[in-house]
Amino acid sequence: MEDLKSFLIEKVLLFESDTLSPETEKVLQKVRREKPDHPVIFVSSGTSSVIAGSEKTHSSIESYIIENLPNAELVSVGCTGPSNFEPLVCIHIPGKNKLFYRNITEEKVEPLLNGVFHNEINEEDLAGQSGTKGFELWTGIPFMDELPFFAHQKRVVLSNCGCYDPENIEEYIARGGYRSYIKAIRHYTFEEVCDIIEKSGLRGRSGGGYLTGLKWKHALNTTSNARYLICNAKESDPGAFTDRTILESDPHRLIEGIAIASYAIGASNAIVFMRSGSDHALNRLQKAIDRAREYGLFGHNVFSSGYNLDIKIRKEPGAFVCGEETALINTLEGKRGMPQLKPPYPTTSGLFGKPTVINNVETLINVPLIMQNGPEWFRSMGTENSPGTKVFAVAGKGRMSGVVEIEMGTKIRTILDDIADGIREGKEFKAIQLGGSSGSFITSENLDITIDYEDLRANGIGMGAGGFVIIDENTCMVDLVRYYMEFIRNESCGKCIPCREGTGRMLEILESVIRKPLNEESGTTLERFKGVMQLETIASVMKDTSLCGLGQTAPNPFISALKNFRDEFEEHIFDRKCRANVCRGLRLFSIDVDKCTGCTACAAKCPVNAIYGTRLQPFFIVEEKCIGCGICFDICKFSAINVK
Amino acid sequence: MSTDVGTILKNYKQGKREDLIPILQAIQEDLGYLSEEAIVMVGSFLGLSTTKIYGLATFYDRFRFIPSGKINIRICHGTSCFLNGSQAIINKIKEETGVVSGQTTRDGNFSYEIVSCMGGCHNGPLINVNGEYHIHVKAEQLPELIKKLKYIIEND
Repeated sequence: MEDLKSFLIEKVLLFESDTLSPETEKVLQKVRREKPDHPVIFVSSGTSSVIAGSEKTHSSIESYIIENLPNAELVSVGCTGPSNFEPLVCIHIPGKNKLFYRNITEEKVEPLLNGVFHNEINEEDLAGQSGTKGFELWTGIPFMDELPFFAHQKRVVLSNCGCYDPENIEEYIARGGYRSYIKAIRHYTFEEVCDIIEKSGLRGRSGGGYLTGLKWKHALNTTSNARYLICNAKESDPGAFTDRTILESDPHRLIEGIAIASYAIGASNAIVFMRSGSDHALNRLQKAIDRAREYGLFGHNVFSSGYNLDIKIRKEPGAFVCGEETALINTLEGKRGMPQLKPPYPTTSGLFGKPTVINNVETLINVPLIMQNGPEWFRSMGTENSPGTKVFAVAGKGRMSGVVEIEMGTKIRTILDDIADGIREGKEFKAIQLGGSSGSFITSENLDITIDYEDLRANGIGMGAGGFVIIDENTCMVDLVRYYMEFIRNESCGKCIPCREGTGRMLEILESVIRKPLNEESGTTLERFKGVMQLETIASVMKDTSLCGLGQTAPNPFISALKNFRDEFEEHIFDRKCRANVCRGLRLFSIDVDKCTGCTACAAKCPVNAIYGTRLQPFFIVEEKCIGCGICFDICKFSAINVK
Repeated sequence: MSTDVGTILKNYKQGKREDLIPILQAIQEDLGYLSEEAIVMVGSFLGLSTTKIYGLATFYDRFRFIPSGKINIRICHGTSCFLNGSQAIINKIKEETGVVSGQTTRDGNFSYEIVSCMGGCHNGPLINVNGEYHIHVKAEQLPELIKKLKYIIEND
C-alpha cells in the first residue's frame, strides 16, 4: 500500500506531462479494475441502497465468496442512479462484459451467483450489461446506457458515481483525480483559475444561478488577511437528495473541487457544512478527507507549492433556514441561524467578517471537470447562457426514480416521459414540482419548457436545488400546498414579521379549507372564504417584504398551484369536495347495502364508533360522527364502502 | 455524567463562541440529549450565560432536552413520502404513543421525530426504528410493529 502511495504521488500526481507513461497506465488500469483477472462483484452502497437492503446483500455475497469463490473480489460502490433498481449488483467476470442485476435482496444472492458462475444467467432480475471493447458480449441483453433511463441523460458530474469505491482514494487518482488541483496550485495563479471558471460560464447550482467565477473574483479582490470557502451541503429541502448522492458516491471529486475553489480565492480554510441526519454521507466524506490528508493533498505547504489548506466538516444543527448564506455564516459563528440583510454580501464580509465564498456541492463538483477539460468543453454542453448539465433527484410517482443528470436545454417532457418512464400504475399525470418547498408546479401545458435558467425564469419558475417530484391524479394540490406551507411555517426563523406571521396565517387558512368542522358556524365559513379573498394578498406581501429567500419564496407553491389549479381550490372552498379523495375532512363515506355482508370488520376498526349494524346484515355509517379517516374503506374486503 | 462533558470540553481548548454548536452536538451524541448540568458546564467554560445557550439550542431542531426513548422512530416526511401517505403514518404513531414529535413517552420507551427526507424516495413511506429501515410502511401495520417493539423492550 505504501509503495502504491508513493508511486501514485510521484508518477501520477506530480508527473509534469499530461500523458502518463505506458507503464504507469498499466498500473493504473489495474487499480481501476478495468481488466481484472478475477471475478469482481460490485454492490451499491448509497443511502437509497442501504434503505433497500444493500448491507444485507453485501454480507450475504461476502459469505458466498468465502465459501465458493475464493478468488473473487467484492467492492462497495456508490449509487448508480436508479433508486428502484436498488440494491444493484454488478458482476464482472474476466473477459466478459459487466452484468447488472437489480433488486438483489439477501435471499436472491445465492441463486443469482450460482447461476452466473455456472453460465446460466438469470434473466429475471437482469437490468443490462456494460463494457468496453475487447470484452465478450452477452447476447440478447440490453446495454445499460441504452436503457431509456440512461440514454437521455448526459452523465458528466455523475460519471464516477457507482463506478468506483468512494472510500478508495487510489482508484480516484487512477481515474485522473487530483491532477487538476495539483496543476492549479503549481502552475496557475489565483486569477487564472478564476478566469477559467468564469470563461466556462459555470453558474451556481443552488438555484440562484450566479456566475461562479465572478463570485470568486469578488472575494479574491477584497483585501483581507484571511478568506474562507464554504461548501454548502445542507440540502434539506423535502424530496431532494442529489447532493447527498454525490457526497456518498464521489466524495473525492467534491474535495478536489473544494480544494481548487479554495485556491482560486486564496482561502486557506475550507468548511463543508453538512446536513444532519445523513451520517452515511458524513462518514464517507470524513474518511475521504482523512485519506486525502494522508496523501499530503492539504496541510501546510502542499507539495512545496507554498499553498496551505485545511478542510473541516461542520454538522448542521437542524434548521432549514441555515441553507441561506448569511444564516449559514451565523450558525458557523455559533449564533442562532438567522439571515441578515444583504449587502454586505458574504464575498466582502462573511464568516468572522472575512470574505467568504459559499458554493453548493453540485457547483463545486463541476470545477475539477472544467479544470481538466477546459472551459470550451464545458461551454459545448448545454445552452448559451446555461452551459453544462444539471442533476435532479427525480422522485414521486414516476415509474423510475433516482438521481439523473441532463444537459441544460433538455425539455422537461424528456425527463418525465423518457427518463422517469411516465407515471406509475397507469395513473394520470398532474404536475411536476420543481425546486422543493420554494418551487413551482409545472403542468402538462408547460412540459416543453427547457431546463435553462432563462427559459424557466421567463415562465416564472425557479430552477431550485434539484428536487423534481412527479405528482399524479391521486394527489390533492390543496393538501400538497398545505404540506409545503406547514414545512415552511415550522422552519421560519421568526426574525421578520412577513414570513413569521404570513406563513402561520396562510397555513391556518389552508387548513380551514381542507377541514370539515363538526358544526358549520359563520366564523369558520368566513375563515374558509378568506382562502380566495386574502391568500393571494398575503402571498404577495410576503414575496415583497420578507427578509430572506425563505420568506420570499415561501408562497411560490401556493401562487403557482392557484394559477394552475384554481378550480381545485374553489371546489374545496365552495363545493367542499376533494377530487383526489385525499383531504380527510371532506370525504363522505357510505356503505353499499348490496355489497355489505355484515362481516363487522369495519365497525370493529372504526376509531370513533360511527359504524352501526347487526351482524350478517348491512351496516351503516353515521355521517355526523364520521371523521373521514378512511380506515373502513381500506379494510373492507367486499369494496362495499363508497367515497364521495 | 459530568466527567463525560468535561472530557468533551477538553477537545476545545480555546473555548471560542464558534465552538458552541460543535460542543453541544458532541454532548448530544454522547448523552443522547442536552442535560441542564451539561449546559451549565458549557456556559461556564465558554463564558456564556445559560439562557444564551438555551436560546441558541432551542432554535435548532436537532437538540433535545429530554432523553430519547429506548425505541426512537424517525419518520420520513419528504415530498415523495408525503405523496405516498406519510401523514397517515405520523398520525398513527402519534395515536399509538400518545406524544408529539420530539417528546418521549412517560415510561421512557418510545420517542419519534419527523425528518424532511431520508433519501429512499422510491421505497416510501419510510420509517427508521433505531437505525433499521422499514420500507413501504402502511399505517395499519404500525400497531403490530409497536406491540412487537414493546415486547422486545419488556423482555430485555
